[in-house]
Amino acid sequence: MKSFFNKFKGLKKSTRSNLVTFALCLMAFGIVTTMVATGNATRHMKSLLVPICINIILTVSLNLVIGFLGELSLGHAGFMSVGAYAACLFSIRFEEMLPVIIRFPLAMLVGGLAGAVFGLLVGIPVLRLKGDYLAIVTLAFGEILRSIIINLEFTGGASGLKGMPQDSTFNWGALAVAITLFVVMNLVDSRHGRAIMAIRENAIAASAVGININRYKLMVFAVAAFFAGVAGALYGHNYSIMSAGTFDYNKSIEILVMVVLGGMGNIRGSVISATLITVLPEMLRGLADYRMLIYAVVLITMMLLGTSEKFMMLRYKLEPKRLVKKAMQVRQNRLDEEEARKNG
Amino acid sequence: MNFLSNLISGLSLGSIYALIALGYTMVYGIAKMLNFAHGDIIMVGAFASIVFINNLGLPMILGVLLSIVVCVAVGVLVEKIAYKPLRSAPPLSVLITAIGVSYFLQSLAQLIFGTNQKAFPKFIQVAPVQIGELTIKGESIVTLAVTVAIMIALTLFINKTRMGKAMRAVSEDRQAAELMGISVNRTITITFAIGSALASVAGSFYGLTYSFIGPYTGSMPGIKAFVAAVFGGIGSIPGAMIGGILLGIIENMAKAYISTELSDAIVFGVLIIVLLFKPTGLLGKKINEKV
Repeated sequence: MKSFFNKFKGLKKSTRSNLVTFALCLMAFGIVTTMVATGNATRHMKSLLVPICINIILTVSLNLVIGFLGELSLGHAGFMSVGAYAACLFSIRFEEMLPVIIRFPLAMLVGGLAGAVFGLLVGIPVLRLKGDYLAIVTLAFGEILRSIIINLEFTGGASGLKGMPQDSTFNWGALAVAITLFVVMNLVDSRHGRAIMAIRENAIAASAVGININRYKLMVFAVAAFFAGVAGALYGHNYSIMSAGTFDYNKSIEILVMVVLGGMGNIRGSVISATLITVLPEMLRGLADYRMLIYAVVLITMMLLGTSEKFMMLRYKLEPKRLVKKAMQVRQNRLDEEEARKNG
Repeated sequence: MNFLSNLISGLSLGSIYALIALGYTMVYGIAKMLNFAHGDIIMVGAFASIVFINNLGLPMILGVLLSIVVCVAVGVLVEKIAYKPLRSAPPLSVLITAIGVSYFLQSLAQLIFGTNQKAFPKFIQVAPVQIGELTIKGESIVTLAVTVAIMIALTLFINKTRMGKAMRAVSEDRQAAELMGISVNRTITITFAIGSALASVAGSFYGLTYSFIGPYTGSMPGIKAFVAAVFGGIGSIPGAMIGGILLGIIENMAKAYISTELSDAIVFGVLIIVLLFKPTGLLGKKINEKV
């Protein structure tokens, strides 16, 4: 046991942090699975499990764009919808031919690839833009996708797509979450991840040291859109009917709220906040009317607390670590004084 | 004749977009931020008019004028509480805050007024004008006339008054303006006040054109007005006017000749094409990136 701890301590800091995140997820998975197996989970709780997985995947992937690349994408729901429709159409087509164990992973892959292709399609023109323009163009793309899906025949139009097999289970969802976390965490810790964060800190300086900004932006967009597509696939196979109206601007904002609440650039935070935001509204039924209002307040206060100079000073003054340190310092001073008095 | 009447209703819709786009472009030029909540100020103004006219029974024109006061108060309050502490924060935080404010206004309106759409009072009644076979709606004429008057007044204000000069200075170089003794914070507050007042006027005309107002009414015209501002060149006041009117015409023509459902997609398509081929818009200045 001791050697295990020593080994753990000897690892890189980021690796340690990632292992902790994985361990937490695994623990949560174990607890939930036992609860379901022993019959301690209510039907209602069980119905939340897949949505939690979906939201974790969406949040972690959007965090890659917002937290690590430092650009705001408001079209995440659009990529999700592309993935959802591609995967569901695939499943409907191959429902008779393939068993679920082959069909569903393939459907998730199809959804992810469709998302990634659209991520690239959006990403290539959007590369010229940044900041506010990029945000509004991704929003525009999301809305265009939605209008097109509603106007197409084979997507079921405005009434929605029906007839997909209900393949989404918690186990598949947990597997998808594990893969997402593994890929995103390793990407962030790699050489590529450092390049992406360098672009966030200062794009001009990053390109001056030879980082290909366009390539990395495209990569981030494609990877994030891929996982949004996978989440869409899980989403589509979880309900008996799916309409394009679900994937609107509000859905993108909801994912944004989860990213911001968990902390931009913090993957463990994303996992926790995605879980909380999925579970809380269901637990606090009375707050249902205030849900949107609370989201809005969360967005504003998080930003004010996190980046406003005034609040930063306040936070610095009230930081527990600093207060403890200060108290210790005061105590040490007093001890020193007593020591000096005794001696002198 | 059909084409002409489409053109005129496009002009009227476009002048509403232009009024909203002016607010976007002024705030963007001076505070260097995209005020996502600007569209929702329209909704606040429209609801304020409904409350003043329908619930309190005030005379219609007075109600509309009071709604402008409410919008200015809300706009300035939002700026003081949410945006001012973030003056030196990274642009991403400001953008997310603005989205939060937009969401806040929408959900607050939903809590107060419910999700159902409310009928907007017809506060101006003008007989339609008949020219040959062409009929022009009275509201369209009033909307156009008021918009043109406001644009002239605004242009004079920006170019001829001390405050207008201060605004132009702040938008050109904030630090240099501060060194010249201009109060940047006050200038930004006044910009927000003017923008909100324009949005409120736009809200009244929007209500007059579409007759119904809901908590989410503001977001779509808000986003489209932003498209208009970008189309005309963000930061440029004549650009916002031209962009708004062109966008209104494009949208109306798309509705008439292509497809009603796809008209929004076409408007957004215009945005993407403009940004790809002329990111500075029709009248925008090119800004070189400095290290």
